[in-house]
Amino acid sequence: MTVLPGFSASRPWGGLAAAGSALALAGCSGRQSALDTAGYEARVVGELFWWMLAASVVIWVLVMALSLYATRRRREPWSGRAAARLILICGAILPTIALAVLLVFGLRLMPVLRAPGEDLRIAVEGQQFWWRVTYELPDGSRVSSANEVRLPRGRRTEFVLTAQDVIHSFWVPPLGGKMDMIPGMTNRLVLEPERTGRFRGACAEFCGASHALMALDVEVMEPDAFEAWLRSRRDPAPPPPGAQEGATLFLANGCGACHTVAGTPAAGRIGPDLTHLSERPSIAAGILPNDVDNIARFIRHTRDIKPGARMPSFAMLSPEDSASIARWLSAPAGTRMETP
Amino acid sequence: MSQTDSQTRREAQEERLNKVWDSDKGWRYWSAVNNTEVGVWYTVTSFAFFLFAGALALMVRAQLAVPDNDLLSPSLYNQAFTLHGTAMMFLFAVPIFEAVAILLLPTMLGARDLPFPRLSAFGYWCFLIGGVFVCGSIFFNAAPDGGWFMYPPLTTDPKLTGIGADIWLLGLSFIEVASIAAAVELIVGVLKCRPPGMRINTIPLYCWYVLIVGGMILFAFPPLIAGDILFELERLADWPFFDPARGGDPLLWQHLFWIFGHPEVYIIFLPSIALMAMIVPTFARRPIIGYSWIVLAAVGTGFLSFGLWVHHMFTTGLPAISLGFFSAASEAVAIPTGVQIFVFLATMLAGRVTFSVPMLFASGSLAIFVIGGLTGVMVAIAPFDWQAHDTHFVVAHLHYVLIGGMLMPLFAGAYYYMPLVTAKPLSARLGRWVFWLMFTGFNIGFLPMHFTGLRGMPRRVFTYPGGIGLDWLNLVSTVGAFIFAAGVLLFTWDCLFGVRRRKTCETNPWNAGTMEWISPLPAQNYGIRSVPEVASRYPLWDQPDLAREVAEGRWYLPDAEEGKRETLVTSVLDSRPLQCLRVPGNSFMPMICAILIGASFIGTAFHLYWTSLVLGLLGVFAIMVWLWRGTAVIPEAEAKDIGRGVVLPLYVSGTKSVGWWAMFITMFGDMTAFVSLVFSYFYYWTIHEQFPPLGMDGLPRGPGLLWPALALLLVAAAWGAMLLARARNAAGSAAGLRLSLAASVLLALGSGACMLWAPWQAGLQPTDHAYDGIVWVLLIWTALHLALGVLMQFYCLARSFAGKLTTRWDIDIHNVVLFWHFAALTGLTTIAVVTLVPLLA
Repeated sequence: MTVLPGFSASRPWGGLAAAGSALALAGCSGRQSALDTAGYEARVVGELFWWMLAASVVIWVLVMALSLYATRRRREPWSGRAAARLILICGAILPTIALAVLLVFGLRLMPVLRAPGEDLRIAVEGQQFWWRVTYELPDGSRVSSANEVRLPRGRRTEFVLTAQDVIHSFWVPPLGGKMDMIPGMTNRLVLEPERTGRFRGACAEFCGASHALMALDVEVMEPDAFEAWLRSRRDPAPPPPGAQEGATLFLANGCGACHTVAGTPAAGRIGPDLTHLSERPSIAAGILPNDVDNIARFIRHTRDIKPGARMPSFAMLSPEDSASIARWLSAPAGTRMETP
Repeated sequence: MSQTDSQTRREAQEERLNKVWDSDKGWRYWSAVNNTEVGVWYTVTSFAFFLFAGALALMVRAQLAVPDNDLLSPSLYNQAFTLHGTAMMFLFAVPIFEAVAILLLPTMLGARDLPFPRLSAFGYWCFLIGGVFVCGSIFFNAAPDGGWFMYPPLTTDPKLTGIGADIWLLGLSFIEVASIAAAVELIVGVLKCRPPGMRINTIPLYCWYVLIVGGMILFAFPPLIAGDILFELERLADWPFFDPARGGDPLLWQHLFWIFGHPEVYIIFLPSIALMAMIVPTFARRPIIGYSWIVLAAVGTGFLSFGLWVHHMFTTGLPAISLGFFSAASEAVAIPTGVQIFVFLATMLAGRVTFSVPMLFASGSLAIFVIGGLTGVMVAIAPFDWQAHDTHFVVAHLHYVLIGGMLMPLFAGAYYYMPLVTAKPLSARLGRWVFWLMFTGFNIGFLPMHFTGLRGMPRRVFTYPGGIGLDWLNLVSTVGAFIFAAGVLLFTWDCLFGVRRRKTCETNPWNAGTMEWISPLPAQNYGIRSVPEVASRYPLWDQPDLAREVAEGRWYLPDAEEGKRETLVTSVLDSRPLQCLRVPGNSFMPMICAILIGASFIGTAFHLYWTSLVLGLLGVFAIMVWLWRGTAVIPEAEAKDIGRGVVLPLYVSGTKSVGWWAMFITMFGDMTAFVSLVFSYFYYWTIHEQFPPLGMDGLPRGPGLLWPALALLLVAAAWGAMLLARARNAAGSAAGLRLSLAASVLLALGSGACMLWAPWQAGLQPTDHAYDGIVWVLLIWTALHLALGVLMQFYCLARSFAGKLTTRWDIDIHNVVLFWHFAALTGLTTIAVVTLVPLLA
């Protein structure tokens, strides 16, 4: 097997390491953090966490102080009655009160956080190991994408979550909690972004060999920008200009059986939609920065980079051919040509 | 009698006791069944699995030390974390409880042994075989890799998960059976094998916990076994129980798994608290404060633990009302836990604490466990759990709970009880090193992990990208894990090499108050020298002459004149002596049975069905031989003087016999598994609008009415015939017994045939729909019980013809009739469910 410089097929993670750090430089630290919040639910739950943490520290310190005091040799032993009263008060009554308060707070939070969303719905379907994304617009039209979600700031957006093969879980920590995607079920999750920026989500339910390699790019935009972007996606892609070699190779190698590239005969539904690949910050479900080299490498070494992926490694392609497919896919949609 | 005479007599008694209770020499040593041997093997084996699972954890931590690491392949990593969790839970945490209980319980109860020593040995061999099978798979790159929770459809799809899933299901089912066997043994031990006078409200706290945990095992493990059956049927025979395309539901597995999995946490945690309950009073130099409080709290924890399972499923999209209910229940369980902790603190405060290594571990355990408890309170709040669930926050939480609540107290127990087992202490100096290495290593390893999780790191990931705030937290955790491991290794070294170089301890080295410390060290194989009347919760503190009297053989059963192993059986509540129980001695039968049944399970994992069937039948035959030769043995006399003029019968049957209790308790576990299958049936009903699904003719499917009704009629008649058999036997008619048994055999076979014919003639295809599958499973389950009942009837017939089952010697018929009560109830329930639901639809 030919091996690209700087990348060994038997040690694929060495290659990922470089890619990973490059990706990290692109984004800022904390874009997957539930404590660095950018959404309503995450903020409320984050505040709850800090309160619970503070209370816990106080309780822990008190219990430890009591136990240290208990082990001091030079002190009068307590009477049996005083000790029994301690069990009653500190072991039973105080915890009951504290827990009741916390519980009431938590229960009251649930309907608020899980209130229905507004008119924007995004269907996300989990698959080993990527996300199919479909924007379902109020007028009934749909916009397809994959591995990236764009959201308008300040709007309660409803996610319709399903899974195609095994259980996955949809989680964008800076925006809110997670929700499982279970075959045969449709789950709903409403998120309300509060600040713009680029964030990272991840699959939170173990879903097989490459569970660790199933991430999601999330971009929160200003509502106007979001509307404009969505409108541009809804319109059919502009007529493609001149022929390109990558397109021919893409179709000749059967890529179109699984992938859709709008405006070309490639209309497969098995793999991610690649129409607007050039706009996404990463490829392969959030694990490699989106550039021509990485796309080319992923085509030829798919299952080394992503063990258990359904797409086979197209190792029979020459590096040149895979590079020209990658160049074609990297070109902004609309500049691609329709093949004969 | 002169001084020397009584001295000589005592020595002769001791020699006889020793001879009777000794293990064989050479290779026959492995035929031992006594709790002093089996308990030690069990403990050492489960500790070895702990070290193995710990090594896997270090592999996992090494892989996660730096981002994008390529130390382990994803496949090996997934096997490592799956096996780490599996081995820690099934091969260490639960078995070590059973091991320690088998080892200690007889000493605490002043019993010579537990009532069914060969069952303990059988459980041990099952555990060893199953454990080696499951763990060994990783060396062939064939270990389970779907997580210890095995969620379908990932793990039911043979294309996605290989033989590892079968190894997990079959290997662990085999071990679970052994766990249930041990639980039955321990429950009967606590209820029936106490010293005279030790009423139920004065038993050592450890025994209370054993009773509670034994009961929990009985109700928690069977749902998992039921789940395993459905799971393995889907994997091997394509019955679609968890396949949504054919009427199944992946969530059903999650319910069954966590109905087991959450009580499991408390099954692991309570026995360690039990050790604390023995240690703390000893070092506080006073009886425990709030004995009834802690018992009630433990019972409460046990009950509540069965109502929490859905908090593992807060993110599965269940309705808010369930989340609220289970959120409240999960918070509520913190209260009895808090009571137990404050009982210890109160006892310390009301006493004067002498510090020692066991107390050091106990205090460290408190410091760690309280953190785990507090984070547990956090994740019980559903909205917080939506963030924390399946992240490293939960990894941190559960390790704080289990290391603080289970491992540290266990180490405290190891330092405390080592002299009881080996007569030699562990080093206090090394012990402090062990403690501080483990304590600091643990906190360095797991405290940062809370933040790793909240910063967005999911669980069960083999890698993570650099630069998103996870790098140094993970590195610190890895360093901590290795420091912790150093402490464990130092402890292991001291156990293996340090202990044997030390001097033998004096008797009762900690000056404790409970029975287990009454005997001089080193302890003898026969355990206690004579069984005393116990009048207090802390007899060694309150009855100053007791130890001397016991050692001089002045109490009950000081001798083994007939060369038989004997122990006392007492009444459940007030511990009146009822029987002098002859317990069976050394035998290879338990090992042979375990090997045959184990091989049958292993063969099934490799799809060698015929081999498995043959081995399984051989295993059943071996069990029959074991029972025939070792149980319900007719004694040479009706009764025996056990000393002090007390004469006890040597043979009792019915509710007075330990065997009857064991059957009763076992059948409770069996019914729990059955109820779990019925639960699955009704679960399918709730998720389908049309249930049962419509057949070809457009009518709801079902097994029909005629054949099930006939089956019910026949099973009722078979049960009636069994009652008649018992009555005829009691009336002295051997012919009546045999005729009724034979009639019952025929009726039961007829009933079983009708049960299987009903779905067959109705054309129910188990691979078509989960409904068809679950109907078949319920009917097969019932038919198998009838088959087992028939086997027992043949056994009784054979015993009757061999003169081993008569009007006077009637243990067998009583126990078999008891089985038939449950079998008939199973039949009635099954038929009612499978026939009535289609009528309602």
